[in-house]
Amino acid sequence: MEISNLFFIIISAIFINNFVLVRFLGLCPYIGVSKKLDSALGMGMAVIFVMTMASVFTWLINHFFLSPETGIFGYDLTFLRTIAFILSIAVLVQFVEMVIRKSAPELYKALGIYLPLITTNCAVLGVSILNITENYNFIEAIVNGISSGLGFTLVLLLMAGIRERLERAEVPKALQGMPIAFIVAGCMALAFLGFSGLKF
Amino acid sequence: MKPIAEFTKGILKENPVFVMALGLCPALAVSTSVENAIGMGAAATFVVLCSNLIISLIKNFIPDKIRIPCYILVIATFVTVVDMTMNAYLPPLHKSLGIFIPLIVVNCLILCRAEAFASKNGVGLSILDALGMGLGFTLALISIATFREILGSGTFLNMRILPQSYKPMIMAILPPGAFFTIGLLMGLINLLKKKE
Repeated sequence: MEISNLFFIIISAIFINNFVLVRFLGLCPYIGVSKKLDSALGMGMAVIFVMTMASVFTWLINHFFLSPETGIFGYDLTFLRTIAFILSIAVLVQFVEMVIRKSAPELYKALGIYLPLITTNCAVLGVSILNITENYNFIEAIVNGISSGLGFTLVLLLMAGIRERLERAEVPKALQGMPIAFIVAGCMALAFLGFSGLKF
Repeated sequence: MKPIAEFTKGILKENPVFVMALGLCPALAVSTSVENAIGMGAAATFVVLCSNLIISLIKNFIPDKIRIPCYILVIATFVTVVDMTMNAYLPPLHKSLGIFIPLIVVNCLILCRAEAFASKNGVGLSILDALGMGLGFTLALISIATFREILGSGTFLNMRILPQSYKPMIMAILPPGAFFTIGLLMGLINLLKKKE
């Protein structure tokens, strides 16, 4: 395994194939939680954490249980992938919530309300499935999980910064609120399209 | 009158995409062509219909505290059914929808209908609600896809409707086009609502 390969995965996940702006994953929190900078930061941190953990667990589940070649049962159980992944993510989120509440009440206060929302964030299930379909090995899957979360947080923070200023801008009545948020997102996607020419 | 209202509310008044902003990820991602939009709409409608039906039947047996995982399990089962059926009979469509088929599981629209409607109402009303919401979702997808396909490739359902000399606006089928289209369509709907 080469370092340059990992580097490519990082750049690709953060900029070239950004989860929100290019792959369209995790749009609900992107539009819903981007009204304030602090809450966007909290949500971003929670997503990075859960995405990394989910990458680890779902890769292990796929490798040791579902895959016909390496699984301990020896059967092709890949048809159970969707169910197994979503259940393990739900369990994981619940578990993380309980651990954080016990061990770090301060962090829990900051992340608490966002954690339950993350189960239904398609970015988490998305990164788990992409790790499998792209045939990443264990290290690559973890790196992809972290950097996809970073990419999500980056655009979430950018969006929150823009929307805090939009509050004071004069927007045509019909476009106020969500419509203008989408148009801003379109402009950001246009800017991120510039990264698509990056090659190594 | 009530049953009819439960059916029609999803189409315009509580349209899942344009008004309630649910299920945005697939709505933007697969709306590059009308064909994909219809496929995705049909898949989501099937899942919301089946999950609403099952959840309204078993709602009294599910303990309140673990209801969300139970709903997700029911939904994931039907998503697997759709995934495998589409892979067997419509492989090209399955390929172009790609990762968004398994991601129907986490489509907020479906979980929202289970939690907000099917867990409180009977079987008949839940089916009507699911059909209305599914139809509303499909229509929203088709309306976004119509703009993007005509502008981006000059076709509608793969039939050429703009002359050959039309230079396709590639941006419309790239990600930014999706954001602009849904933003402007939402604005248009707001404008129409104000007039009423």
